[in-house]
Amino acid sequence: MKVLVPVKRVIDYNVKVRVKADGSGVDLANVKMSMNPFDEIAVEEAIRLKEAGKAEEIVAVSVGVKQAQETLRTALAMGADRAILVVAADDVHTDIEPLAVAKILAKVVEAEQPGLVLCGKQAIDNDMNATGQMLSALLGWSQGTFASELSVDGDHATVTREVDGGLQTIKVKMPAIITVDLRLNEPRYASLPNIMKAKKKPLDEKTAADYGVDVAPRLEIVKTAEPAARAAGIMVGSVDELVQKLKDVGAI
Amino acid sequence: MSLDAETLNQFRDTVSRFVRERLVPLEDKVAEDDAIPEDVVAEIREMGLFGMSIPEEYGGVGLTMSEEVQIAFELGFTSPAFRSLIGTNNGIGSQGIIMDGTPEQKAKYLPRLANGELIASFALTEPDVGSDAGSVRTSARREGDHYVLNGTKRFITNAPRAGLFTVFARTDPNTTDASGVTAFLVEAGTPGLKLGPKDHKMGQRGAHTCDVIFEDCRVPASAILGGKEGVGFKTAMKVLDRGRLHISAICVGAAERLIHESLNYAIDRKQFGGPLADKQLIQAMLADSRTEAYAARCMVEETARRKDAGTNVSEEAACTKMYASEMVGRVADRAVQIHGGAGYMTEYAVERFYRDVRLFRIYEGTTQIQQVIIGRSMVRNALRNR
Ligand SMILES: Cc1cc2nc3c(=O)[nH]c(=O)nc-3n(C[C@H](O)[C@H](O)[C@H](O)COP(=O)(O)OP(=O)(O)OC[C@H]3O[C@@H](n4cnc5c(N)ncnc54)[C@H](O)[C@@H]3O)c2cc1C
Ligand SMILES: Cc1cc2nc3c(=O)[nH]c(=O)nc-3n(C[C@H](O)[C@H](O)[C@H](O)COP(=O)(O)OP(=O)(O)OC[C@H]3O[C@@H](n4cnc5c(N)ncnc54)[C@H](O)[C@@H]3O)c2cc1C
Repeated sequence: MKVLVPVKRVIDYNVKVRVKADGSGVDLANVKMSMNPFDEIAVEEAIRLKEAGKAEEIVAVSVGVKQAQETLRTALAMGADRAILVVAADDVHTDIEPLAVAKILAKVVEAEQPGLVLCGKQAIDNDMNATGQMLSALLGWSQGTFASELSVDGDHATVTREVDGGLQTIKVKMPAIITVDLRLNEPRYASLPNIMKAKKKPLDEKTAADYGVDVAPRLEIVKTAEPAARAAGIMVGSVDELVQKLKDVGAI
Repeated sequence: MSLDAETLNQFRDTVSRFVRERLVPLEDKVAEDDAIPEDVVAEIREMGLFGMSIPEEYGGVGLTMSEEVQIAFELGFTSPAFRSLIGTNNGIGSQGIIMDGTPEQKAKYLPRLANGELIASFALTEPDVGSDAGSVRTSARREGDHYVLNGTKRFITNAPRAGLFTVFARTDPNTTDASGVTAFLVEAGTPGLKLGPKDHKMGQRGAHTCDVIFEDCRVPASAILGGKEGVGFKTAMKVLDRGRLHISAICVGAAERLIHESLNYAIDRKQFGGPLADKQLIQAMLADSRTEAYAARCMVEETARRKDAGTNVSEEAACTKMYASEMVGRVADRAVQIHGGAGYMTEYAVERFYRDVRLFRIYEGTTQIQQVIIGRSMVRNALRNR
């Protein structure tokens, strides 16, 4: 079985995000970028499937700016076998919307014929949580979202989903789209020798036009704002006073 | 081999993340247990960190000096005990074999040193032989096609774990200087090789040294590093040249960590109605530390670049080792000072680092020995040009 893993280049999770002065978006100039952490978990899961003998080949694919090449190299260094870069934007500030990404991925799936697509449940930059679902709809494949456990047995996959207040286990028919959650696994660090070997693994470069997909945005961002600053705390003299204050602000 | 910028960045990012996410949170535990957890040793091994400086053809990564110091800056950011674990395989334990080993010795040992399966130690120092390293007293007496080693080596890093020792011993009993010293590759378990108890050190808990004792320890003549008698000391000095830059880079990383801790403490701690960070006397300490750490970083990078270009950098490497190790001592002292009473308490990383970095001024050539090397080299070059 071939596993396709879409990976997105996003602002590094350690970076403090700053909104541009005009509120048009987030400032990404000279900011450290990394692989979306949920996608790292997807890559790790694909590698584990391969190590368990359940997958033969792992193909990582990224849609975005040319620099997403680095993100793909990380996936290759972790253990993906080859990579496809779909250049769909020039400016690092351009975010390709989930529908456009899903349409491109659908074409990649058509060409590659994977038995499984493993993707992150969402990207930590815009938190859309939509690409996997849209891809499933476009392909008419089964989907299992928010996976915290996954096992693949023949033509079915068993997915434990993290839902509000508990876990739900479902069985889906393959081929399937599985979107992965935080607790599925702990991704490995790429080893130094594997980082070097990754240089020699194939990385194909395509463009959105190659797949005939129009990536022009359909959503308009009206405004981007910083989270509200945390209000200063106060010192209270007693438990009674604390309870009263909490009641005053309607917290209890 | 030289990496492209993207690969080096990926390397450095990976090590930086590993250091910050995995190793920094374990520092207190390692210090308390005086041991690095075995699963972390395994992870360090899997990441390939034992083979950074070992050529690719022997399973290592084969970093140039410039590349190696970039990684060492990152490793320096956490407890030197972690660095010490991989230090001998990348440095004094393997470099002798890489530089002067026979093809058989390289093929036999380097692949297992690169993947960390085998730990190497470098045994030069003795109870009565320290800075005057050429005066080695451990003897190697020839008996047919074997040598019989007798003597004691002291403070040998990683000896309790080591599978292979590069041992410096006197093969020519008619000499007392460096010319009669030969390097031997001796495997752990060779009859007559014994280890003393672990030393009780001031700092760097989790990293271990001990005596290595030779009592009629017989090794074949093929154990001579490079197969040649009487050039052991030359090998030792070449090895130390590279090691000095690596240690200097570790000092820079440690200084950057100490500054990071100091800055954050000074921002959070309030006295006299405001953060310590706003007081100019505190800022002066921070600025001095920042400037000196930056100067050392530049020295390391420039000297590494020149070494990679093929220039003899013995003098500059000594300058860099002296400056960087003394610098991190001053930075650690200021870090404790900025922390006030808290800096004297073991809950704070700066207290541990203060003790840990003290070693850098002592081993791989004390500060005074670096001064001797630099001064002698200056005079020699000046006379040559007159
Ligand atoms: C934790 C630790 C790990 C070590 N690991 C290793 C190892 O793996 N392998 C190994 O072989 N060794 C190792 N060493 C030994 C280390 O290299 C020596 O301690 C160092 O070279 C100094 O030698 P010494 O301790 O005998 O001090 P001495 O040489 O006795 O020096 C004492 C003092 O005298 C000064 N001094 C000496 N000669 C002169 C001079 N001519 N002019 C002016 N001042 C001078 C020195 O600078 C120093 O201040 C280690 C030491 C420690 C503490
Ligand atoms: C082992 C030990 C024993 C002790 N025993 C006692 C004891 O028996 N009784 C007792 O009462 N206390 C005791 N202390 C506390 C000790 O007196 C304080 O630690 C000391 O006064 C410094 O205060 P601090 O630790 O809060 O540091 P801070 O006051 O927070 O100072 C931190 C740093 O900021 C600097 N700084 C502070 N203010 C300024 C400023 N305005 N401008 C420039 N720099 C500034 C300081 O010089 C220091 O470098 C002890 C401390 C220790 C470590």
